[in-house]
This record gives sequence, C-alpha cells and structure tokens, in this order.
Amino acid sequence: MITVCSAGFQTAVQDCGRPGLRKFGVTPGGALDSISLRLANLLVGNSESAAGLEISSGRIRLQIDSDRLIAWSGGQFEVRVGGNLIPILHCARVSVNADIGILPRRGGRAWLAISGGINVPEVLGSRATDLRAHFGGREGRALCDGDELHLGAEAELCARVRDEMPDHVSDWSAPRFVGRGKRLRIIRGKNWDGDIGAKLLAQQFRVGMNSDRMGLRLEGEEIAANRRELVSEAVTPGTIQLPPSGAPVVLLQGCQTIGGYPKIAHVITVDLGYAAQLQPLDEIGFELIELEEARQLLRARASEIALFRAGLEARFG
Amino acid sequence: MKIEALGDSALIIDLADEISDSSSLLPRVLSAAEAIERAKLPGVVDVTSSYESVAVFFDLRQVEPDIEDKVRVLIASAGGRVSGRKRRLEIPVCYDEEFALDIERVANHTSLTPDAIVAFHSSAEYTVACIGFMPGFPFLAGLPQQLRVPRLESPRTKVAAGSVAIANAQAGIYPLDSPGGWNVLGRTPQRLFRVNENPPTFLRPGDRIHFRAITRDEFEACKDDNW
Repeated sequence: MITVCSAGFQTAVQDCGRPGLRKFGVTPGGALDSISLRLANLLVGNSESAAGLEISSGRIRLQIDSDRLIAWSGGQFEVRVGGNLIPILHCARVSVNADIGILPRRGGRAWLAISGGINVPEVLGSRATDLRAHFGGREGRALCDGDELHLGAEAELCARVRDEMPDHVSDWSAPRFVGRGKRLRIIRGKNWDGDIGAKLLAQQFRVGMNSDRMGLRLEGEEIAANRRELVSEAVTPGTIQLPPSGAPVVLLQGCQTIGGYPKIAHVITVDLGYAAQLQPLDEIGFELIELEEARQLLRARASEIALFRAGLEARFG
Repeated sequence: MKIEALGDSALIIDLADEISDSSSLLPRVLSAAEAIERAKLPGVVDVTSSYESVAVFFDLRQVEPDIEDKVRVLIASAGGRVSGRKRRLEIPVCYDEEFALDIERVANHTSLTPDAIVAFHSSAEYTVACIGFMPGFPFLAGLPQQLRVPRLESPRTKVAAGSVAIANAQAGIYPLDSPGGWNVLGRTPQRLFRVNENPPTFLRPGDRIHFRAITRDEFEACKDDNW
C-alpha cells in the first residue's frame, strides 16, 4: 500500500495507456511521456507498462508500508527518500514508512515507478487515468491527500535488482534522452502550406496558461489559416491544429480522437516527451524535418530502449 | 483515394475524391475501415473512420515497410457497402425547458417555434458517421436543413451528460459531462458509454437512429433504469 500524504496538483496514476479504442472515442492517453515511465519501470524491475505516478506540480509526499524500489524520470525535480537525494533515472531503495518527497525545481512533469506497480483496477485494459472522461486510475480523478493505493506483487527481477544495490541508490542508471533546447522537430501536416510553414518556423511561441494534458496552446504572431474549419477527422498526439484564432495548438497524449481544425504539422513522436515538459510561459520554436528522418529517429529510440532492457536482463536476469 | 502521413506513426486515407454524394461516401469509408481492421496487418494498433477518411495507427517497430501499399490495395478492393445488417435505434429525448438550454437561441436563428424545432429534430433519421471527440460521442449526419445554427460564441465549461445538441450540419449527444459549444436541445436518459461493457459504446458508426420525444416523468423513470 502506498499512502499519498500530500498529493500535489494533478498527480495521477498512469501507465502506457489504452491503444486500440480510438473507434469508441477513447483516447490512448496514459503517461504524457511514455518513454520516461517505461525507463523508470525497467529500473525497478517492473514490466515497462506497469502503472506509476505522473507528477506535475506542487509538493508531493508519499509513504509505502513495505520495502520497495523506486525510480523516476522527467523534468527538473528534487526527489528524496528519507533525506537522501535520488538522482534522475537511478533505482532507489525505500524502506517501510520512509518518506518519499518530490519537489518540482524547474518542474515540467515527472514519472515515478514503484516496484510491483500501482495496482488499481484495470478499466478498458489499462490502469491509466482518463482525467477528461473520469475513468481509470483512482476513481477517474487526480490523487487527493490521504489516498491509499494498492501495489502489485514484485517481479522476480526486483529481488535481484535489490540484492545488487550497493547502497540506497543504484550505481547504474538508464539513458537520459534530452530535447533539442527550445525546439520541437515537426513534419508537414495535411494542411501545411508555404505561408503557414514560414510563420510556424520563423518564430518563438509562448506556451499559454490554458495548456493541459490535451494540448499546448501557443501564443505568438497569429497565423492565418488557409481553411477555416474542415470536416472532422482523426487527430493524434503531436498534431498541430490551427483554430480560427490563428494560435496553434500542439496536441499531447491526452488529446481527443477527432478534430475539425486544419492540421498544419505534427511534432515527431520522439520529441513528444519534451513537449510534455513544457510549462506555461516557456518559449518554444519548431524545426522542420522529413517524414523518413522522423521514423528513423523513432526506430533508433526504440533500439536504445531495447538495448538498455537487454543490458538489465543480462546483469540481473 | 489520397493517402497521407498523420504524424510518423499513422496514415490518413481520404476518400472524398472518389464519391461526391455524402450518403454513399460514408458506407464506402466504413467498408474501407472494416477491410483494414479485418486484415489484421502486423503492427497496426488502431483503425478509425470519420466522415470522409480512414486513419490507420501503427507501432513503427512492428509494421511492415510496405504498409501504405497494403492499405491502398485493401481499400481499393473493399467496395462501398458495409457488411452485416443495419441497426436502427431509437434514442428517447426529453425536450423539457430545463434541458433545452439553447432552444431560444435556435429559435432566434431559425425563426421556428420551440415546438417546430422539436418536431424537426425528432422526425429526422440520422446516421452515426463516427464516434469521437470524447468516449462514445456520436457525430450524427442527417440534421434537417432548417435546424442549421452555428456553435455558441463561447463554449460552456460544462454540458451535462446526455445533452442532445446540434451545430451547423451536425447533431450529437454528450455521453459524459464535458465542456462543449453545441446548441443543447434536450437530454436523453440513454447511457452511451459504459466502461465495463464490450463494446463500451451504445452506438456504432453506420447505425441509423431517430429521436423520440418523452415527457419529464418518462425521462426520470428511464434514467433510474439506465444510470
């Protein structure tokens, strides 16, 4: 059992989401940066898709009533167990009723994995919280102070990882993938044209206050749309929509399944994790690449994760 | 047929250039989506359809390099009819003034009386074009010409679950409490989305539906059975 002493704001149970249900209007959702959650899970000996916590802001304090391992990834956070600082993408030992404290520094979002995973009931094949449709996770909502969450049984790998730990923190770590500074790489969308492209690429946008898990609302010099509204059709995380206001919206992992605004571009999948770290008032620009390069980058990312997984299995498996 | 990338891990196939008549385009889109789903291509994780297009989502690690060609061939040979029997369903709607939040706005735009609006809305036959935007939300084609009214100037922060609404040429039903900008005409006690059922949605693309006006008492009685 994990007790949420202080829940912070918008902390929620997330896993790798529920793909395959878009035709029912159900967003795949899950962790906004699933790679961060997957790496944290691997570090504590979990399956990659185990449920963990997605943390956005506010001070978080947790306690666990059994010995467990934790790991975290994401933005700039200070994570402590007892008084000890736990570096990003390392594995840490947590003993019974030790305090886990999480404090955003520059912030963004962070993902915390706990050995055994968070064992809330599966809804439509996943433990992820759909905060918009209010199901999954803990009663379909963000966590509150005092919530208690069951943990799953640890996999065999967890015990071996624990045995090899020299101290309270591992002397191994997972690879850290960093973004390209203040730029997100994009490929052209269906309604891309030269004028829109020039305006999109030439400026630095500011992330608007009304951004959320569905999308980043960008503020900058208005972009005139070539079409006002189109017939509604599929959108996907990464899609950059251009509403009539002329202010582009970058859809994130929690986005709707169908949209009616022009799709001017798409943020490439490997950069979506960085997009999930952006906060209101952050500045961001775009860099255009070709589709094939985006796919090569994604394949390369998948190989790096596979290599890390193979390394862990070779050492502890 | 026009195939384009929808980001780096999906394709969107637009069929609007094949057929100009929207009543034949929708069955064509649905049969294309069905053909791709049935083929169970390796790495394909999701297939969706909307008014004019089909989208195919895949895991790049598992998908075959010739996915685009495979999709093209499957759709070309899919034909324009949907398999299986057409479902005809009735959705009860209470047009009580407490639920018909925007009936006056619609009356002002259309110069129709509230009774006439209800009569037009509940006499038409609609087709579920797609489910999306939120879980179980049906986009309905077939709204009578007389009821075409633009979206609200500024969307409501909360539209109640069950709200039956219209916007421009579309009709829809909010399955869950949600922000929304469509004109609300009434409320249905029918549940449209249940996470514990398979499939989780009451409606499917291609379903024919019509709305049946019910009294407030009938609404309350049905609601107890349904919620």
